[in-house]
Amino acid sequence: MSAPLLRLENLTKRFGAGTAVDAVSLDLAASEFFCLLGPSGCGKSTLLRLIAGFEAPSSGAIRLGDQDLAALPAHRRPVNMMFQSYALFPHMSVGRNVAYGLDGLVAGRAATAERVAALLRLVRLEGFADRAPATLSGGQRQRVALARALAREPRVLLLDEPMAALDRTLREETQAELRALQRRLATTFVVVTHDPAEAMTLADRIGVMDRGRLVQVGRPADLYRRPATRFVAGLLGDVNLIPGRLGAEEPGPHRGVESVVGPLLARAPDAPLSAGADIVLAVRPEDLSLSGEGVPGTLVEETFLGDRTRRVVRLADGTCLRATTAPGEGAPAVGEAVAVRFAPDAATILPA
Amino acid sequence: MTAHRPTALTRTALLLGLGFLYAPILVLVVYSFNASALVTVWGGFSTRWYGVLLADGPLLEAAWVSLRVATLSAVIATALGTLAALALARHGRFRGRTPFTGLVTAPMVMPEVITGLSLLLLFVGVGIDRGLGAIVVAHATLGTGFVAVVVAARLRGLDRDLEEAAADLGAGPFRVFATVTLPLLAPGIAAGFLLAFTLSLDDLVVASFVSGPGATTLPMRLYSQVRLGVNPEINAASTLLIAAVGLAVGAATWLGARRGSRAAV
Repeated sequence: MSAPLLRLENLTKRFGAGTAVDAVSLDLAASEFFCLLGPSGCGKSTLLRLIAGFEAPSSGAIRLGDQDLAALPAHRRPVNMMFQSYALFPHMSVGRNVAYGLDGLVAGRAATAERVAALLRLVRLEGFADRAPATLSGGQRQRVALARALAREPRVLLLDEPMAALDRTLREETQAELRALQRRLATTFVVVTHDPAEAMTLADRIGVMDRGRLVQVGRPADLYRRPATRFVAGLLGDVNLIPGRLGAEEPGPHRGVESVVGPLLARAPDAPLSAGADIVLAVRPEDLSLSGEGVPGTLVEETFLGDRTRRVVRLADGTCLRATTAPGEGAPAVGEAVAVRFAPDAATILPA
Repeated sequence: MTAHRPTALTRTALLLGLGFLYAPILVLVVYSFNASALVTVWGGFSTRWYGVLLADGPLLEAAWVSLRVATLSAVIATALGTLAALALARHGRFRGRTPFTGLVTAPMVMPEVITGLSLLLLFVGVGIDRGLGAIVVAHATLGTGFVAVVVAARLRGLDRDLEEAAADLGAGPFRVFATVTLPLLAPGIAAGFLLAFTLSLDDLVVASFVSGPGATTLPMRLYSQVRLGVNPEINAASTLLIAAVGLAVGAATWLGARRGSRAAV
């Protein structure tokens, strides 16, 4: 990464006895689409509010380029935010809402009107300038909020749960539009979301937050394939967790594990774990194969899901594993004996 | 929906309740249009007492005093009450917030005789002349609490995101207040103003304590005339006063009710 645009250093925010944001360090590149992902109450919104300037950090630094943002009040920061509630001014028309941030930036009534029209065109709301926000649909309000937040051409645009108030079909359409818009503007976007699918759809990189801490940062595929913790593994999709004990260190890319279902081979862990440590093996259901040699078990359940079939296999020790396969893949019937196997590279060793 | 259908019992209760509240006023209004000079004998419909009223110099002068006092005191009460509401709703849990809330609202429930007497003692003590100015100050004291309560209610319903959004879009604290907070509070402030105005217009007790020569308000004038005997002219004046107060309270209620529809945006 070249010199980061936005840099958070050990950012911490305490409210009374609780810590909402706990020593978060993060570098964001220019033109990056970044998603902060986590369950509600994990501190992701507080982190966004710290960057916007609505909260003062308890400790740590926020830098934009070589500028110290923490020293500036919210209205002097070259970042803008789109609120989850959209926060459109109900007593102003759509046009005046969008023009609000242009005060002092764009001189003259004609120039302002032109800029407002361009912004409304950008979000496909031409001709809506004179409407009152109350007369718009949810999707239209969201686009007004987006146009208003982009009016000042922020270096970083912060979006707090931008899709939360939209229904599902509209959400998918809007995600694609937002992604295309970000590419076109080449502005750095930081989106807060609790929806892993949304984060993976939108983001260049995802930062997963859990209880105030930034647990893992990476590209969506890396997070999915190489989660750093059980929390990240479970957040991004269904995962089989097989408890076990780590085997002795050995050369090569793989490592033996003495698991509850017998000896298994997995990709060597990224984190320094000593031999004999309690670990779990994380394996995605689509990486399990039910054909050929493997751990013996019985097929106990089968669910047809259209584009794939989900099967549950009970192993000798009682452990149940979920496997998803393409439908009609010469599969055994429920009740029959099967053998489960997976490629060592598909299994991630995680601290228990 | 299991809406309660009105029964004979609830209808009777409603009529009795409304009758208890409004029958005396209705009688007064009806008799203000009485042609007869005798208060309790109906002599046909007439508006002659309204004509008499308009020729009654001292009464008109008292009405003029009342209007000026009500306007001035309501302006002062609105300014102070709005500031108090902002302090209560916006400055978090500052030291002494609970006692401050009590102190702001206490004059609403304080017996008027005590308010009047204490104000009189204060004015005499610090050497303020009794008269119109003293009534204005006294009524502003009465109204401030009401304004604070009404404005604070609206302030609580105000979405904090709106002010943050304004700041986020580059507006300094003053511009945020002038372009977002104040316009959205305006219905509440107007309702508070009208309540304070009304309160001043119909106050008799406090005004009696602090008024001086040449500063007779309308209720004081009416009261002193009634002591000499009720006449239909008083009924006419009272009817006009009721109409004014009714309009003001109605407007205040309407402004307050609009909050729900607007805050939903």
